[in-house]
Amino acid sequence: MSASARPLYLARESYRRRRLMDAARLLPIAGAVLLALPLLWAPEPAPERATAHDTVYLFGVWLALILAAAALARRLAPAMEEDRGAGGAG
Amino acid sequence: MLPFNLLVLACLAYVIILFLVAFVVERRADGGRIPWLNSPLIYTLSLSIYCTAWTFYGAVGYAARSGLEFMTIYLGPTLIFVGWWWVLRKLVRIAKTQRVTSIADMLSSRYGKSNLIGVIVTLLAVAGTTPYIALQLQSISLSFAVFAAEEGPAGWSRPDLDATAIWAAAGLALFTILFGTRNLDANEQHQGIVTAIAVEAVVKLVALLAVGIFVVWGMAGSAGAILERIEAAPGPDWALQPSRWAGLTFLSAAAILALPRMFQVMVVENADERHLATASWAFPLYLFLMSLFVMPIAVMGLDTLPEGANPDLFVLTLPLSQEAGGLALLAFLGGFSASTSMVIVAAIALSTMVSNHIVTPLRLALRPAQGRGGGDLRRFVLRTRRIAIAGVLALGYAYYSVTGGSEALASIGLIAFAGVAQVLPALLGGIFWRGGTRAGAAAGLSTGFAIWLYALFLPSFGPDAVFSARLLAEGPAGLDWLRPQALFGTGGMDPLLHALFWSLSLNTAVFCAGSLLSFPDPVERVQGAQFVGVFDLQAGTRGWSRSAAEAEDLLVMAQRILGHAEAQEFFRAEAAAQGKATFLPDTTPDFLERLERRLAGSVGAATAHAMIVQIVGGSLVSVQDLMAVASEAAQIIEYSSQLEAKSEELERTARKLREANEMLTRLSVQKDAFLSQISHELRTPMTSIRAFSEILKDADAVGGADQVKYAGIIQDEAIRLTVLLDDLLDLSVLESGRVQLSLQTERLERLIGRALLASNSIAPERAFIIDRDQSTEQIEVTTDTGRLAQVLINILSNARKYCDAAEPRITIRARRSGRMVEVDVVDNGSGIPEDQQAMIFEKFARLSDQAQAGGAGLGLAICREIMEKLGGSITYLPGQGGAAFRLRFVRVLETGEAGGGAGGAVA
Repeated sequence: MSASARPLYLARESYRRRRLMDAARLLPIAGAVLLALPLLWAPEPAPERATAHDTVYLFGVWLALILAAAALARRLAPAMEEDRGAGGAG
Repeated sequence: MLPFNLLVLACLAYVIILFLVAFVVERRADGGRIPWLNSPLIYTLSLSIYCTAWTFYGAVGYAARSGLEFMTIYLGPTLIFVGWWWVLRKLVRIAKTQRVTSIADMLSSRYGKSNLIGVIVTLLAVAGTTPYIALQLQSISLSFAVFAAEEGPAGWSRPDLDATAIWAAAGLALFTILFGTRNLDANEQHQGIVTAIAVEAVVKLVALLAVGIFVVWGMAGSAGAILERIEAAPGPDWALQPSRWAGLTFLSAAAILALPRMFQVMVVENADERHLATASWAFPLYLFLMSLFVMPIAVMGLDTLPEGANPDLFVLTLPLSQEAGGLALLAFLGGFSASTSMVIVAAIALSTMVSNHIVTPLRLALRPAQGRGGGDLRRFVLRTRRIAIAGVLALGYAYYSVTGGSEALASIGLIAFAGVAQVLPALLGGIFWRGGTRAGAAAGLSTGFAIWLYALFLPSFGPDAVFSARLLAEGPAGLDWLRPQALFGTGGMDPLLHALFWSLSLNTAVFCAGSLLSFPDPVERVQGAQFVGVFDLQAGTRGWSRSAAEAEDLLVMAQRILGHAEAQEFFRAEAAAQGKATFLPDTTPDFLERLERRLAGSVGAATAHAMIVQIVGGSLVSVQDLMAVASEAAQIIEYSSQLEAKSEELERTARKLREANEMLTRLSVQKDAFLSQISHELRTPMTSIRAFSEILKDADAVGGADQVKYAGIIQDEAIRLTVLLDDLLDLSVLESGRVQLSLQTERLERLIGRALLASNSIAPERAFIIDRDQSTEQIEVTTDTGRLAQVLINILSNARKYCDAAEPRITIRARRSGRMVEVDVVDNGSGIPEDQQAMIFEKFARLSDQAQAGGAGLGLAICREIMEKLGGSITYLPGQGGAAFRLRFVRVLETGEAGGGAGGAVA
C-alpha cells in the first residue's frame, strides 16, 4: 500500500536523507568486518607478539565507529522529526 | 590502610545518597518537570547497567586469562547501537505504540497477546537472570572480603561472606520495592531509579578510569610503557580464536537486545525516540571508556601482584598494594554501584514479568469474577510485584549460597547471556517477519530453552553435580550422539559455542518451521502487521469490534488498575473527545483499543486483553473486522463500484419510465381522439334518429313510402349504435377475463370460407380477388371456432374497407407449426405506415385519416384479446406489399389451457 504511494524520485534533500539512513544501516556491517580483521592476522609466527598491535587497532576502529555514529546521529535527528509525521522507510 | 568500619560507613553513606537522589527526583518529578531528567544523557547513563560487577571486576580477570577476547562483550553491543537504525529504533517505536512493559510482554503482545509466550519468556528470563544476581551478590561479598583480609586477623573479626550477601540482598530488595513499585504503570517510568542508576553509572566509570589512570601514569609511567608491558607479558591463551571472537561478539550483541534489564532501560524506560540517536554513539563511547584501561590493569596486576592473586579483583588489589586507600575505596564503590544497579533493574524487570504473565493471569483464571467486580486489583498487582522482587532476590541469594565461590559462578555470565539470547529468533522474527506465529515462537523458544539447559546450564555445574560424569562422557543411556557437550558428534567445539550454536540454530529452525506450518488467528495477524509495519501505519488498527461492552463496568475495572482519579480522568477525556459531557464514553472500537493499551502499560498486553474480553464478553476481532481494517481502500473501491452499479440501474429504470411515459402520452392522445370520435359516432346516428323520428311524429306531412324509408333509416342507425355498444361490451368482457370459450372441432377450410362469406357484406360493390390455397387449409382445429371466425371476419372486413388498390386482392395462407397453426391474411393495398404499426392493436386506435370508413377502432383490439384467449397472438407483418396480419393459435385447445391468465397482460 505505502510502497506504491511513495514517490519514485525524491528532491535532493530527501534523497540525501535516504542515503544517510542507508549509511546508518551499513555502519554496523562495516564495523563488524573491521573488527573481525585481526582474526586474519592471528596466524602469524608468534601470535602473542601481536597483542599490543591488536589492542591499538581495535580501540582505533572502535573510536572511529563512535565518531561515525555521532556524525550520522546528528544528521539523522531531523529525519526522525519528519518521520513522525509521515511513514518512514523502515 | 583503610579501616574496615570506614568502608562500611562509606558504603552506607553512598547508599543513603542514592536513596536521597531517588527520593528527591521522584518528589520533584511528581510536582513538575525536571528539565534534565528526560535528557539523552540520563538515558545513555542508565544503559550502563549493561556493565555489571561481572564486567567491572570480571573484565580485568577475563583479560588476564584470555587477552583481548574480553572486548567481544563490549563490541557486540557497540555494533547493535551503531546500527540502531535497524533494530533498536523499531523496538522503541513498537514499545511506545503498544505500551510494552517488558520483553515478555513484547513477545506476548506480538504473538496475539498470548500468555503462553509470556510465561515461557518469563521463565527463561528468571532462569537466565537469577545466576546473574547471585554473581552480583558474590562480587559484593568478595570485595568486602578483600578489605577484611587487608585488615588482617588483628583488626575486625572477619565478616562472614554469607552475612554480607544477605544484607546486600535485603538492602537491594528494600530499595527496589520502595522506588520500583511506586507507580503501577511501567510506562510512566521509574524516574527516581533511573536517576540513581545514572549516578551509579558515573561513579563506576570515574572509579575505573581513576584506577586505570593510576595504573598507566602512576605505576607504569606512560602509555608507551604500558603497551610494552602488554607486548611482553602475554599469557598462554591470549591468541585470538576466530570462532570464539565471532561467536562471543554475536552473543553479546544478542544479549543486549534480549536481556530483560537492558530491555527495561533501553526500550521501556525510553522517554523519547531521539534519545536513541544520542545513545547510538554515546553508549559505545561509555563502553569504550570502560574497557580502555582493562588491559593495562590486567597486565600490571599480572606483573606486580604475587602469583595466585585473583585476577577478578585486580581493580581493588592493585591500589591496595600501592597503599592508595582512597582510590581503592572509590574502586570499591564503583564495583558496588555496578552490582546494585544491575540487581535493581533486573529485579524490577523480572517482577513486572512475573506479576503480569504468571500471577495476575493465574488469579484471573482461578477467579474469573475478578475482571468485573471484587477487590482492588491495583493493590493486588503492586503487592505481587513487591513479593516478586523479594522472591527474585531470595532466589539469587539461594543460588549464591548453593554455588557460591565456585568456579561455576564465575563463568555464569556468558552462560546467562546464551540463555536469554534464546529470545532473539522470536524477537527479530516478530518485528521483521509478519509470518511468525505463536505456535512457531512457542516451539522455538521451548526448543532453545531446553537445549540451553541440557547442553550448557546443567553441565556448567561440573561432572557429578547435576549430570553424572558418565552421562557427560557417554550421553544418556549410552546414546553417544546425545552427549550434552557434543550433540550430534560435534565434540570439537568450545562448550559455550557448541551450546550457543545448537540452541540458536535449532531454535530458529523450529520457529521458522512452526510459523510456516501453523495458521495465525486474527489477533496475531493484526499484531503482526502492527509490529512489522510500525513505521508505515499512521494510526493503530482497530482490534475491537463494536460491542455491547458496558462503559460502567470498564470504568470500574480501570479504576482498580489505574487508580480512581486517573481512570476517571481517562474516561472523561475519552467521553469529551466523543462530544459527551459524562464519564462514560461510547464503547467504540477505538476507545476499547486505547483503554486496552493504557491497561497494558500496567498489567501487560495479554492480561489487559483478557480483562477487557471478560467484560466485553469475548468479542474478539473477527475476520470481518480484520478484512475491513486491512483494506479500507478496497472498501472505497467496492463502494464506488456499488454506486456505479446503482446509477446504471437508475439509468435503466429512467429509460423504461421514459418509454412508458411516451406510450402513456400516445395512448392518452389516442383516447382523446377516440372519445371525440366515439361521441361523434354516437352523435351522428342519434342525430339522424332524432331528426327522422321528429319527422315521423308529424305523421301528416309524410307519405307512406317516406314513412317506410325514414323508419328504415332509424332502424339502420339504431343497429349501428347497437353494434358499437356490442363491440365495447365485447372488449370489456374479453379484457376482464370473464369470457367463456366454447370449444368445437372444425376444418380450417370451412372456417375461412364462412368468414369470407360473412365479410362479403362489407363494401359488396368492390370485386376482390381471393387467393387461397385450400390444400393447406385441411387442418382440423379444436378451438372456439366462433371467436376465431370473428377475428378472421374482422381482418377480412378491414381489408375490404381499407385496401385502396385498383385491383384489390386478398391472399390467405395457412400452415401448421408444431402444435400451433398460423394463418396469414395479406392484401395488396398501401398497408399501414410504420409509425402506426405499433399502435393498431391498442384499444382506441384507428387510422385517423380513414376515420370515415366507419367502425370505432375497437376491432383489432378485440382480435388481440381473442387470440390471446386462444393461446396465440395476432401480429402485423411488415414488408408484405400491403396490410398483412398473422394469426397464431393452438391447434387443439384444451379447456383450461386458454390464456385466461395472460388475458390481462396488456401494456
